[in-house]
Amino acid sequence: MTTQSTNSPAGGATGVGHSKAAAAIEKARSEGRAALIGYLPAGFPDVQTSIDAGIALARNGVDLIEIGIPYSDPVMDGQVIQEATVQALDNGFTVPRIFDVVEGITRETDAAVLVMTYWNPVMRMGVRAFAERLAAAGGAGLITPDLIPDEAAEWLEASDEFGLDRVFLVAPSTSPQRMQNTVDASRGFVYAVSVMGVTGARTSVGAAARAVVDAAHAAGADRVCVGLGVSSSAQVREIGAYADGVIVGTALVAALRDGGVEAVAELTRELSTGTPKTAPGGTA
Amino acid sequence: MHQDTGLPAGDAGAADAIDGGAAEAFLSHDQSLRHAPGPYFGAYGGRWMPESLIAALDELQETFEKAKADPEFTAQVADLNRNYAGRPSLLTEAQRFAEHCGGVRVFLKREDLNHTGSHKINNVLGQALIAKRMGKTRVIAETGAGQHGVASATAAALLGLECVVYMGAEDTRRQALNVARMQLLGATVIPVTNGSQTLKDAINDALRDWVANVETTHYLLGTAAGAHPFPAMVRYFHEVIGDEAREQILEQAGRLPDAVCACVGGGSNAIGMFHGFLDDHDVALYGFEAGGDGVDTGRHAATITLGRPGVLHGARSYLMQDEDGQTMESHSISAGLDYPGVGPEHAYLSDIGRAHYEPITDAEAMEAFKLLSRTEGIIPAIETAHALAGAMKVGRRLAADLGPGEKASDRIVVVNLSGRGDKDVATAAGYFDLLPDDSAEQEIAEEGEQL
Repeated sequence: MTTQSTNSPAGGATGVGHSKAAAAIEKARSEGRAALIGYLPAGFPDVQTSIDAGIALARNGVDLIEIGIPYSDPVMDGQVIQEATVQALDNGFTVPRIFDVVEGITRETDAAVLVMTYWNPVMRMGVRAFAERLAAAGGAGLITPDLIPDEAAEWLEASDEFGLDRVFLVAPSTSPQRMQNTVDASRGFVYAVSVMGVTGARTSVGAAARAVVDAAHAAGADRVCVGLGVSSSAQVREIGAYADGVIVGTALVAALRDGGVEAVAELTRELSTGTPKTAPGGTA
Repeated sequence: MHQDTGLPAGDAGAADAIDGGAAEAFLSHDQSLRHAPGPYFGAYGGRWMPESLIAALDELQETFEKAKADPEFTAQVADLNRNYAGRPSLLTEAQRFAEHCGGVRVFLKREDLNHTGSHKINNVLGQALIAKRMGKTRVIAETGAGQHGVASATAAALLGLECVVYMGAEDTRRQALNVARMQLLGATVIPVTNGSQTLKDAINDALRDWVANVETTHYLLGTAAGAHPFPAMVRYFHEVIGDEAREQILEQAGRLPDAVCACVGGGSNAIGMFHGFLDDHDVALYGFEAGGDGVDTGRHAATITLGRPGVLHGARSYLMQDEDGQTMESHSISAGLDYPGVGPEHAYLSDIGRAHYEPITDAEAMEAFKLLSRTEGIIPAIETAHALAGAMKVGRRLAADLGPGEKASDRIVVVNLSGRGDKDVATAAGYFDLLPDDSAEQEIAEEGEQL
């Protein structure tokens, strides 16, 4: 149970390998833009709509989809996302349905689909069993907001066995040593938290985001994507100038809540104008 | 101890979680269990936390380790304990109450006599000093019944720190007088309307606040749970309970007790008390959890008795969870025990068999509440009443197991009287139907509230 080795396995943060997330980001890069990553919770407002909304993301400009598992104690989520996940749970969402959502999206689109989850539901199902089912559903891997590499020995093993991406978070407060360890342990991309705080739209993500991205790049991360607080195409453009991908969550969840799948499609189209195609390789 | 929950066996079942090596070492008496530093207690503990908070936890750990080794800091803590909190607290023999405990001798460790009325003051004074050493100007806390919130507001006032207390909206209604106390002490109380609106959700919101304000703010966690170093640090500040009790019982009874009893929600008073006796292998340790309406009803907070290992609020420990890993709502007549998790060191002590954990129902606790009030003139907190009800069972068992020529009065039980019952008078008055039909209090009690 002590800190395990975080040596990067083959295909880790420094190489594409079999990583679906890395491939999606590299494809965007080859088109001269940062990747656009959209978050939605599974089962909100119901399982089928969340599948339809995920497909709408993919068909309107999102390169990589992040699907959240509704959880009883979401300490990194702001009000909008928590309300959506509470509704999903109230509507009877159960954790195994996440595989239906992932499969429903991957069957219809080429988008890489990552699952964002707090750790206890995975632990409860069994880390290996969860990984096996996620891989079978066509999922790319996991984003783990409350699992740091220090505690992730089981997940490192299972993600290697099933060829899944493991996206760990780094924050403005992350020390240089932790940055190195986390970059080494990650596969697919490194998730840079733009601000100290929880999810939610903000007018500015501040200078901290760029500093975190630079630090992750300096530690050897090939792909660093920025999340928390991004809600407009202008922000996507601003962050896409220095990051390899931009993650939008709360704004999409609010769009789904207020306007359904069509509103998600419309917002996605608008956000994707923030990742313009310029000269190849011009996003670094 | 771990009853069948009716849930499918997970990958982390109780039997798998036992640290065989530690249990073996303990049983062979060659390893001290005292002062375990963390981050792990067997398979429990750790840091299951957002990366944003890891730097703050590192800073806290480093500051705490240096403070412990600094004579100036330990002298500060001792001075506040003696001249502000009122330590050492008394060890009172309860002769009339003992008649209901099989006739064994019963001693009460009087944490109820501390300033603010419970053991909570030990921890908040220590942590508030740590916050000052880190240069933080603001503390946040969570509270269920209000004891920890009042204690935090008190320590913040004393040391000149801003204080914000998160409290489930349901609990702010049930404990309106404690909300007023916190406000009188200068704290801001924020009612939490998420989730079940109780202690668990207050912790979630406090964590959100901490993520956003970690530069200026220390999270003054109220129990020996959460991410490392909280379980070890909170226990450190409460070890004074067990240290004093051990010394006092040797002086007053001339020997160590046969059993030590304490109530367990998160488990801070119990872990402090237990530590004094952990290496005394002949002293049995008992933690009493909130059995609510009964552990068969689903309405309880008996986390170790019926929970399974999982992760909540930063630590791996026993957890009341469903087959999906979603936290289940707990229930107890005591807001302070109404928590679906438990400190990781308790999970470990249970697994290796050093401490025993049993549920006490609301009804059993209230019976003990009444009994102590009427036999000793001490109104205990309802949390504490769980330990008293447990002590009655333990005492009767000890009396039933006497050998030839032995007397019940040869047996000694020490109970941690973790807090006084002033805050619970309205609940108890409603429970025992003591309020006149036309009183305002009765009207409020009928709505399920306490004030």
